[in-house]
Amino acid sequence: MENMESPENIIRLKNVLFGYHYHSPVIDGVTLNIPKGGFIGLLGPSGSGKSTLLKLIVGLHKPWEGEILFAKHNNDKDRKFSIIGYSPQVEGIDWDFPVTVRELISMGVWNRSGLFPWINKTSRIEIGNLADELGIGGYVDRQIKELSGGEQKRVFLARALIHNPEILILDEPTAGLDNANKDNFLKILTDLNSRGITIILTTHDIDGVAKKLPWIVCLNKTIISQGIPNSTLSENILYRTYDLK
Amino acid sequence: MLLSTDFLFQPFHYEFFTRAIVVSILIGGTCGLLGVYIVLRGMSYIGHGMSHAVFGGAVISNIVGINFYIGAAIWGILSGLLITEINKRYKIKADAAIGVVTTAGFAIGVFLMNTGQTPLKNFEALLFGNILAVTDLDFIFILIVSIITIIFIFFFQKRLLFTIFDSETAKVYGVNIYRIELLFSIILAIVVIAAMNSIGVTLLAVAIIAPAISARLITNNFFKIIILSSIIGIIDAFLGMYSSFYIDSPSGATIVLFGASSFIIAIVYSHLKKLQHIHFHGEKKHSHLHTHSEEHRHEH
Repeated sequence: MENMESPENIIRLKNVLFGYHYHSPVIDGVTLNIPKGGFIGLLGPSGSGKSTLLKLIVGLHKPWEGEILFAKHNNDKDRKFSIIGYSPQVEGIDWDFPVTVRELISMGVWNRSGLFPWINKTSRIEIGNLADELGIGGYVDRQIKELSGGEQKRVFLARALIHNPEILILDEPTAGLDNANKDNFLKILTDLNSRGITIILTTHDIDGVAKKLPWIVCLNKTIISQGIPNSTLSENILYRTYDLK
Repeated sequence: MLLSTDFLFQPFHYEFFTRAIVVSILIGGTCGLLGVYIVLRGMSYIGHGMSHAVFGGAVISNIVGINFYIGAAIWGILSGLLITEINKRYKIKADAAIGVVTTAGFAIGVFLMNTGQTPLKNFEALLFGNILAVTDLDFIFILIVSIITIIFIFFFQKRLLFTIFDSETAKVYGVNIYRIELLFSIILAIVVIAAMNSIGVTLLAVAIIAPAISARLITNNFFKIIILSSIIGIIDAFLGMYSSFYIDSPSGATIVLFGASSFIIAIVYSHLKKLQHIHFHGEKKHSHLHTHSEEHRHEH
């Protein structure tokens, strides 16, 4: 993590500054290296800039200042989306939208599942296999509203995974889940990480999620601290991260 | 035999009426198809608004002396662009942007119509529709518009679905959502223009929205919604047109009333469906009548 120029860093953020209103940055001078194969949790309160930082990484926003670099040749826009699997917060999702699990997952491969409105055979097989692997194989023809919260989260994870990305970027993937489902979800992510997928996720849950991750970045507009949970989640750092007096 | 074959086929003895039936079916199906995406985008008001906006373009094209379709198309596309830009740049909700832009477009039409030297030909047809006055040129235009719409939906379906459902992620995954929205606005504008002569700007919204919301109430399957909405649009248009011959009613209004009726039927169907309790036993879907005991326990 310390070596900024290490070729093993898959993403490098250098002095990134960004906000939604002038003179009011949400991300203020963030420098962060994401190592290839890393599993990183961005921890911070609401409004601390966690989601914004993810949106900057995936290219939804452009930094006012600073730069975000991807390893080797991946700065090209098309290449970037081919190596990133992104899942936003699902709070804004319309669960009544008439879409099945298979259709939702297929969105992740919209550009290679055939020119016609239906999903081609190869993609159907890939979706089926991935759904089986994530324990939602029996639900591919169900409407998303018919699933439980934990199943819905796994469907969104499947959409992020279906094009075999090198990096998974997940915004609050465990929000709203009970402890058992949180643990199950983290187990899936740990398994994916062990297969070489770099994972960056956001969370505001210290005990249920942050403490169980290998590396934590405490964020509140700027990076307060980073490291393994034991050393990072100290009272002093958490007070500063959560603006507590 | 009370309803003889001759009686039933009487309208088709008239060439103008046969053409009107074909035109109404094309418009009904196209509006039904496009309406699904409009309803799911939460922009139901756009059909109503766009039809009013292009009225301004129609009046201006009449005053300036250019072809009606060219004037109305330019006006409609500009209105669509303006709505998209206001919505995107100023974080103003789509319904508010549609309300201001399209009503202002309509007002310009009314203003110019009353102050201009040249009276607008067939302005009543534009407001309330006159499908029987559809010319050969109108017919060709409607046919081309229907084909373009089907081709657009066919090849852009995946990008449209992704954009409507989760536009932010679609953008991350390389979907050019601004191009999609622009193309959609252009297609909508030309569909509205194609339909306004026959159904009328004041009535068009129902022809676009009613089949889609009816289909949405009947099924949750996206592809079935698309097919069903198009079919309902075609049936409404055919029945409206056909019955207007016998009851001597304005065709546009009759088509719209059939649209409203199909919505009422869909509501009744949806209500009856809700009485069925659908649930899953493992992976198997299961349904039965949903009843409640006195203690409000669900009885299976």
